[in-house]
Amino acid sequence: MSILMNGATMLLECLAREGVECIFGYPGGVTLPLYDALYEHPIRHVLVRHEENAAFAAEGFARATGKVGVCCATSGPGATNLTTGLVDAMMDSIPIVAITGQVSSRLIGSDAFQEADTFGITRSCTKHNYLVKRLEDLPQIVHEAFYVAASGRPGPVLVDVTKDVLQGQGHYQPVTAIHLPGYKVFTEGHTGQIRRAAQTIQEAERPLVYAGGGIIAAGAAAELREFVELIDAPAVTTLMGLGALPSGHPNFISMPGMHGSYAANMAMTESDVLIALGVRFDDRVTGRLAAFAPHARVIHVDIDPAEIGKNRAPDVPIVGDVKRVLAKLNKLLAESPEPGSQAVAAARRAWWHRVRAWKEEHPLRPVTSDAEIKPQHLMAEIDRLSAGEAIVASDVGQHQMWAAQLVRFNAPRLWLNSGGLGSMGFGLPAAIGAQFARPDKLVFALVGDGGFQMSIPELGTIASHGLPIKIIVMNNGYLGMVRQWQELFYNNRLSAVELDCFPDAAKLAGAYGFTGRTIESPRDLRAALEEAVSTPGPYLLNVKVSPSECVYPMVPAGAGIQEMVLGPPQPVEVPSP
Amino acid sequence: MMQVISLLLENKPGALMRVTGLLTQRGYNIESLTVARTYDPELSRMTIVVDVDPVLRQQVIKQMNRLINVLQATDLTDLPAVVRELVLVRIRTTMESRTAVLKEAEIFGGRVVDSSTEGYAIEATGDPEKLNEFIDVMRSYGEIEVTRSGALAIGLEAKKLRLQPPVPTKPVTAQKV
Repeated sequence: MSILMNGATMLLECLAREGVECIFGYPGGVTLPLYDALYEHPIRHVLVRHEENAAFAAEGFARATGKVGVCCATSGPGATNLTTGLVDAMMDSIPIVAITGQVSSRLIGSDAFQEADTFGITRSCTKHNYLVKRLEDLPQIVHEAFYVAASGRPGPVLVDVTKDVLQGQGHYQPVTAIHLPGYKVFTEGHTGQIRRAAQTIQEAERPLVYAGGGIIAAGAAAELREFVELIDAPAVTTLMGLGALPSGHPNFISMPGMHGSYAANMAMTESDVLIALGVRFDDRVTGRLAAFAPHARVIHVDIDPAEIGKNRAPDVPIVGDVKRVLAKLNKLLAESPEPGSQAVAAARRAWWHRVRAWKEEHPLRPVTSDAEIKPQHLMAEIDRLSAGEAIVASDVGQHQMWAAQLVRFNAPRLWLNSGGLGSMGFGLPAAIGAQFARPDKLVFALVGDGGFQMSIPELGTIASHGLPIKIIVMNNGYLGMVRQWQELFYNNRLSAVELDCFPDAAKLAGAYGFTGRTIESPRDLRAALEEAVSTPGPYLLNVKVSPSECVYPMVPAGAGIQEMVLGPPQPVEVPSP
Repeated sequence: MMQVISLLLENKPGALMRVTGLLTQRGYNIESLTVARTYDPELSRMTIVVDVDPVLRQQVIKQMNRLINVLQATDLTDLPAVVRELVLVRIRTTMESRTAVLKEAEIFGGRVVDSSTEGYAIEATGDPEKLNEFIDVMRSYGEIEVTRSGALAIGLEAKKLRLQPPVPTKPVTAQKV
């Protein structure tokens, strides 16, 4: 029996049927009917302190679980504030659904109060978006939105709902099918191409697995591990793919790219078969494209046909779900796992020898000092506490790169960061979303002093829910990554990068009713982190680190990834007269 | 070189914007664009003429195909295709040159759709190059105003249209509201 209900209740009914448990949002004028319906609805609403953070929190929820994250904002400024989070989700292929209120249908286009062309503005920020002007369209659109967000290459979908739709009365008609004739999802992968891939791999003398966020999106970590072990090739995972292969896996040689490991970048450059799985040959990974993996035949598996050949033309393109493609590939390889010939087997052993030598030559090793806390030291201590198990929601900048280099992740969905868009202010709200999704998990919000100051309002959200998030501020007093570039490429002319005022952490956290502390001695580091973790509830730990440290290795912009700068320029010794 | 792209897309609000957005975000100027519904009122056929950087052409077509509302995007530039355009010309003529204008129009296969003491309104169809010549000739007879439809194209080889069948929604236990 269908019950007469208003549009707002119908919208919540649709969300409930999609299994939504939690919405991150901020109310406003036109969403009043929705918030009225929420008042007595079992779906949990988390009031954030800024709409941008609603989108980031929804992303955090989605990144930590693989489920669709949901955020909600009112018309006009509410919707425009969401856009950074939408683009962020777009760039990293994160499934979220954003619900925005819109002014009444008859007022659209009249410069009504809090009106903005949300449908137009978010066209390029989303995988798909909708404007709902008729109540009878609402259920179909909402269910479509969830389907589109989660299927194929995941991404953000926005549903803009006019106030008259939220207020209108109607019956919920169950939606039995999604009919999107133009939305083609390629999952299986071409059998012939998969066979060619298997053959290419068996002939490879210097194979390298290059795995990315697609592995995590597809839930293909187990298949990846099986694959890597079957062919026993060295493997790199991108910034988005950290955790796809356990960091401690013997075949794992860390992250490639601008701040990747020496071994990863050298292996990329020298490989003869590059097996690219759920990656998009991002410029931060490839460096100068013309110099990237110059000897390699490329096998590229991706669910999005538009990614194939976008930056690097593959020799064996496979459009499909990387989980299914890997399963098929593993089956083929398991039938004849040995390399093609004795010569190939010998070449493989020599290849491993070289890769191990690179790894030993320039390992990613934390720098420590007795005088000051080195940022790498901080990461090593976080790593020690986490032991590959904690969720680390990172902000953007130097700390993100050091964490990516030095913190281990034993499983997917532990390392949450804004990879493609590089949105500062992401870390703290993403940690909020992740903690709601995984109340059982230890969650670190690992942020810089810059990004943290973009997110301070969310301390209110954390405090009001008593979320036991451990906020670790890597405070170097600078917008460190920008400073690093100014130092290295702009004659050390430090322009607008000094953050000379930072709030007293104890007082700031105290003002929100939880504990905060500042440390600056390396002797206090371990105990302070342990205290943060063992203290129930939220904790703000402000760690003052060496202000002048730069992230190495570093591939200068426009260089090939083998042209890494491995450490700070050494002072030139002037011969004494 | 101009590229001719033919698209079959859902006749829905915003579909046009999604397609053109892929071109405008790259700073491309659209030379012409036509769109109208097909025999199936739920679908539209669009022809776009645009100068896309040759290395990006395939990429742009793939990204168009990726759009949820687009059923098929095809680059007709190097495929067998017919490209036609319609032009409407209003021409003011002197009484002396009226007959000459009519003769010229006839040569181009033009058809008079309005006639007054001031002059004519003439329609002509053809490939865009031919229409340029027609317009030049008309201009030599007097003051003209021109409206062009933009190119309409149809591929001459049947291309298999792959459509996604309806996907049943996952069964969910209905919640009590």
